[in-house]
Amino acid sequence: MAEPAVPVVVRPFEIIGRRTIELIEVLGRFGSFFLLALVSMVTPPFKTRAFVDRLHYIGYRSLLIIILTGAFTGMVLGLQVSLTLSRFGSEAFLGPAVALSLIRELGPVLAALMVTGRAGSALTAEIGIMRITEQIDALTVMALSPFRYLVTPSILAGIVTFPLMTALFDVVGIFGGYLVGVKLLGLSEGTYFGEMRTFVDLHDVMTGFWKSLSFGAIVTWVATYKGFYVGHGAEGVARATTQAVVLASVLILVWDYFMGSILP
Amino acid sequence: MIKVRGLTKSFGGQPVLRGVDLDVPDGSITVIIGRSGGGKSVFLKHLLGLLRPDSGEVMINGTDITHLGSRAMDEVRQHYGVVFQGGALFDSLTCFDNVAFPLREKTELGPDEIAKRVEQRLEQVGLAGVGAKYPAEISGGMRKRVAIARALVTEPEIVFFDEPTTGLDPVLVNTIHRLILTLHRAYGFTAVMVSHEIPEIFELADTVAMLHEGRIVAVGPPAAIQGSPNPVVQQFIRGEPELKA
Ligand SMILES: Nc1ncnc2c1ncn2[C@@H]1O[C@H](COP(=O)(O)OP(=O)(O)O)[C@@H](O)[C@H]1O
Ligand SMILES: [Mg+2]
Repeated sequence: MAEPAVPVVVRPFEIIGRRTIELIEVLGRFGSFFLLALVSMVTPPFKTRAFVDRLHYIGYRSLLIIILTGAFTGMVLGLQVSLTLSRFGSEAFLGPAVALSLIRELGPVLAALMVTGRAGSALTAEIGIMRITEQIDALTVMALSPFRYLVTPSILAGIVTFPLMTALFDVVGIFGGYLVGVKLLGLSEGTYFGEMRTFVDLHDVMTGFWKSLSFGAIVTWVATYKGFYVGHGAEGVARATTQAVVLASVLILVWDYFMGSILP
Repeated sequence: MIKVRGLTKSFGGQPVLRGVDLDVPDGSITVIIGRSGGGKSVFLKHLLGLLRPDSGEVMINGTDITHLGSRAMDEVRQHYGVVFQGGALFDSLTCFDNVAFPLREKTELGPDEIAKRVEQRLEQVGLAGVGAKYPAEISGGMRKRVAIARALVTEPEIVFFDEPTTGLDPVLVNTIHRLILTLHRAYGFTAVMVSHEIPEIFELADTVAMLHEGRIVAVGPPAAIQGSPNPVVQQFIRGEPELKA
């Protein structure tokens, strides 16, 4: 295993080179993982049951946390935005201000972060445990594709459920803002919803939609990848779970900025 | 017929297999013994096509599987049944659904026929009535028996067992060995088994092969292995600690 001796001055370059190659390898594997998932979404056999299972796992079981965080986000917005607007004497715009912040930005991002914490980490742990307990090998030797049972349905379910959960988050948030702005601070109900209708466009909704859809793909992609290529043992699963949550959260914010700058 | 020639495999520069040769005749029970961490599972994974060797060949019924693509490998695996070291039952499915899984996913059988076969298998392994339980709700010995039922439900030609009895009490070890023997007589599959159970496996095996430092150092019928002049073999089957000079 003796490595060829390298002159000391060359060492840093050797290390940089090796790290770069490793990075490119990992990125290539990460990318082709997603491509393979996309291809298997449109080619049979489809695992409908696994997909429905994942809808339940990622979507249905995240409903409570989405409603809870949506409501409080809307209420906080209602409070803070009214305070700010009242300084300019423009409380009337509370409705559109709350709605636009939620629909364009906070809804997609916060819903995605919440689901990452609840379902993304669980997804990595579940697939990681299946890997270290040889359940993935068991599927493989049954001549069945673990990818089609575990990865594809999860990513597809993410793409389907994230926009729906974001919509729910937005609606609940708008009512949270209504509770604070109208019921508590005394703005008229007609103003709150009327101005919202005037100022919120379809393209705002579409911005939120595309964001949430891509977040759904990103979160489930990272979560399944980290689970699928988990390291050895229980520590491996713990590490992968943490990495998945951190990486998915960072990617959500980076991608959010990117989408915000290219979408109208 | 399984024929392995010159199989080598290293992980990160660390050799695990250094040229394994082994023949497993059809319908026989071959047991591989050797120290923990000696590469027995790694060897088995090459037979299953889960790992690719650095060099050497693995012939399954005349086909070298080491170069097969995933489609062709899946073709070979149609004839396989595998019992993994920990059982590898699917946590999210009941025991019944675990055993039914290969039939549901890979055959056109109707639900009644599947139920009949699954019940029959569970009964054979002495677990009639636990079908509705989840793997987490039953004991380790029961899990291994469910795993055996699942591996055999498709009536495979070749069955691989990775330490089917490790961690079980002596009574259960004998129960499982007797079960494997009974099923083997009934179905006549070829069995490749990794085991530490000495001396129990001498009752079970047609051939015993000892894997040591990446090679098969002794192979033959149980009596020949028990009487082997090779000190490494004697040391292992007597359970003596290794003497390192
Ligand atoms: N996928 C892998 N990557 C790296 N090393 C491995 C891998 N699988 C097994 N090993 C190493 O190979 C050696 C043999 O392991 P194994 O075949 O599991 O032993 P055993 O004979 O107990 O079944 C061990 O040192 C193990 O750490
Ligand atoms: Mg092993």
